Amino acid sequence: MSVKRRSFLKGTVATSALGVAVGSGLLQPRAAWAAWSEKAFSAKKVDEAIAGLYGSATTKDSSEIKLTVPDIAENGAVVPISVTTSLKNVESIAILVEKNPAPLTGGFNFSGNLEGYVSTRIKMGETSDVYAVVKAGGQVYSTKKMVKVTIGGCGG
Amino acid sequence: MASSTIKIKAALTGDMTEVKALFQHVMETGQRKDPKTGEKIPAHHIKEVICQHNGKTILSCDWGVAVAKNPYLSFRFGGGKAGDTVKISWTDNKGDSDSAETKIG
Repeated sequence: MSVKRRSFLKGTVATSALGVAVGSGLLQPRAAWAAWSEKAFSAKKVDEAIAGLYGSATTKDSSEIKLTVPDIAENGAVVPISVTTSLKNVESIAILVEKNPAPLTGGFNFSGNLEGYVSTRIKMGETSDVYAVVKAGGQVYSTKKMVKVTIGGCGG
Repeated sequence: MASSTIKIKAALTGDMTEVKALFQHVMETGQRKDPKTGEKIPAHHIKEVICQHNGKTILSCDWGVAVAKNPYLSFRFGGGKAGDTVKISWTDNKGDSDSAETKIG
């Protein structure tokens, strides 16, 4: 993935129908990444999803991100997760599940005086690494944790 | 609308305001099949959640299908005072939306 999303968008604005969408305010650019990123959310691999969000799949491992998620999730349909970080100037947090059909689960864009913390509940199809990616001070950091899933929560 | 699909609690804990929100939404993944017809149930999920403090957006969330059914969201922010407004709204991939607000207690 060498095409950076932002420059890709800029490049197409002038010519394509996307330009109309941007012009009419449907795709308003926001702080950390442009509106809901189809590319990142449809990516099948963690790297592609991270690249879709941040332009590059390179992240720094950080011990300053704490991923609170059960070691064993009995029910993959509801897995409580929280991401806490002591990193300063957090711009966004993203949660990814490596082995889900689409790894990117959610992105959280900070635009106020927020503590480096979000908590939610996610679905997991099978036992997988869960990634927390934090963008802070212009750098992208990540950490991961293996979660065992007893009953998957994606299929049927 | 009869009742809101969003429940919000916002409470001061020291300097920070802790916000907890519950949304009613099916969060259909698009992977499941209808057991009767065998056809795939189309994805239906919240795409965007906007959280505002006194009218200013402080957190915007982009969600995919893998956020659990009836999603839960919690975060903490500084600068809130008792009586301030916290408003949360969501929009899903079918264009439905809802919003609710509460006062910091």
